[in-house]
Amino acid sequence: MMDLVLTKNFTTPNAYQVEVYEKTGGYQSLRKAFGMKPTEVIEEVKKSGLRGRGGAGFPAGMKWGFVPQNTGKPIYLCINADESEPGTFKDRAILEKDPHRLIEGSILCSYAIGCHTAYLYIRGEFDLPRRRLEEAIQEAYQKGYLGKNILGAGYNLDLYLHRGAGAYICGEETALLESLEGKRGYPRIKPPFPAVQGLFGCPTVINNVETLSALPYIIERGAEAYKKIGTEKSPGTKLFSVCGPVKKPGVYEVPLGLPLRTLLREQAGGLQDGKVLKAVVPGGSSVPVLTAQEVEQVNLDYESLQAAGSLLGSGGFIVIDEGYCMVRALTNLAHFYSHESCGQCSPCREGTGWSYQILKRMEAGRGEERDIDLLLDIGRKMSGATICVLADALAMPIASYIAKFRHEFEYHVREKKCLFP
Amino acid sequence: MSLQFSETSEQRIEETLKRYPTKQAALLPVFWIAQEQFGWISQETIELIARRLDLSPAHIYGVATFYTMLLKKPAGKYHLQVCRTLPCALMGCDSLIGYLKERLGIEEGETTDDKKFTLTTVECLASCGTGPAMMVNEKYYENLTCERAEEILKELK
Ligand SMILES: Cc1cc2nc3c(=O)[nH]c(=O)nc-3n(C[C@H](O)[C@H](O)[C@H](O)COP(=O)(O)O)c2cc1C
Ligand code: SF4
Ligand code: FES
Repeated sequence: MMDLVLTKNFTTPNAYQVEVYEKTGGYQSLRKAFGMKPTEVIEEVKKSGLRGRGGAGFPAGMKWGFVPQNTGKPIYLCINADESEPGTFKDRAILEKDPHRLIEGSILCSYAIGCHTAYLYIRGEFDLPRRRLEEAIQEAYQKGYLGKNILGAGYNLDLYLHRGAGAYICGEETALLESLEGKRGYPRIKPPFPAVQGLFGCPTVINNVETLSALPYIIERGAEAYKKIGTEKSPGTKLFSVCGPVKKPGVYEVPLGLPLRTLLREQAGGLQDGKVLKAVVPGGSSVPVLTAQEVEQVNLDYESLQAAGSLLGSGGFIVIDEGYCMVRALTNLAHFYSHESCGQCSPCREGTGWSYQILKRMEAGRGEERDIDLLLDIGRKMSGATICVLADALAMPIASYIAKFRHEFEYHVREKKCLFP
Repeated sequence: MSLQFSETSEQRIEETLKRYPTKQAALLPVFWIAQEQFGWISQETIELIARRLDLSPAHIYGVATFYTMLLKKPAGKYHLQVCRTLPCALMGCDSLIGYLKERLGIEEGETTDDKKFTLTTVECLASCGTGPAMMVNEKYYENLTCERAEEILKELK
């Protein structure tokens, strides 16, 4: 049996309470870390090969290594609990079921990078997760895991919850910083990268909830134990959330490298009776779609999915069955991305809105011959031409849905109606 | 008399300000405190926050309009926010939304005449595996069907 790194407490009743978490071995890795130098903690995380779980997959230890230690300015940690990518609901599971694991991981990271103030940015809609976290943070203060002179180690850390107010773009790291600073969530031009110039102009690390929650295991068991799980370039386990018409939608922790078909058949129980698989979006709604045939061939790791022309992203799997129209699916996503565009860059603001208008028309049976190529053209002009990758997050689905399911788009245009009434 | 923060709100604002190196960073938390007290973010509320945080009303207005959860007009007693994004659509949120519109006799974004229900569609609530999903005020309801929605409406007194 594989070690569970993230979900081992999910079946333990009341694991969100500090006493229960402690009984499962919680906060022991903190004691261990305080016996190490911060640089040794960073080294261990580098050796583990842990990659960021928020979407981009950037190596965590390497990111921490970019933080300059000699600027005289405070160093901040921002914990990204904004989870808003359609199809993704894995962080919420950690926040609700095992918040202390995240808090412990956040303390480990803060200690490693020399941070004394951390902000946990949580999406405004999350009510139960927020209440669980508020309680857990209070408990951690009472137990001396947060605050002044933590566990007598002479290290201080404050952790504050900061509630978002409904904007998908605030999950993008620089938009998150702007939002925390009390502004509209407009992504910033990079460089400078947050590690050098982030929150309030100070060095800042931004990590995803799942990334930080893997740290207690890595410090407790060591990088070697972590690396034994997963593949060489994608070590460890990952949470995958599976939704759509499958028998058992939900959040599953599996070793990276597992065949996708295993996740779908064994963990998610296969499709609901009578439904046939048409397509899967593997990394949250913004990545290129896979056909049923491609699903059979890919493995769940960063390299395999990239080789198959898609991305692992956030690990949110959206399953689409033969009875659902791909034009309709893309129209829905175009609405999402046009609604959520922050509006700073014209290719994104105009491109997402225009794509939605065209698709809506096509979906309603009023598409024109030239629309399909026009959509592809708009997508091409959006991608790579903007401050953040939200524009690409629609351009990639446009290109892949049309490339792989072009006949459905042509049918809409030609017959002036949907294939799936 | 112009709008004022209650004593409780004022205490919470004081506490909040200690957490950030700038007053401006307290803007979202203060919006939440204000929305809890006044129900929505009116022009008067914006001016009140502007005075309290030494920010320009224009900046505050700009921020308020960016975030969908900050209400720019009052909502009914129960604010039904139904997810409309793809995973929920795959599980049938369209018929749920249609049902609610007909049952309440309102369109999206509207409030019933008795001020009891406001219906809004929103983007992904991170309940995609238990869709269709909706939020009523702060509470999540998941795995919805029209029948279940009807029961919920009846429970909301
Ligand atoms: C449009 C957009 C939305 C994003 N939304 C989220 C999100 O909801 N949660 C998250 O953790 N990262 C999100 N990210 C990724 C963050 O920008 C960032 O890469 C991540 O928080 C870094 O943490 P990690 O290295 O631990 O993955 C988003 C990125 C983009 C471009
Ligand atoms: S790409 Fe879109 S969301 Fe990103 S900064 Fe530009 S306009 Fe805003
Ligand atoms: S799509 Fe409805 S909760 Fe995610």
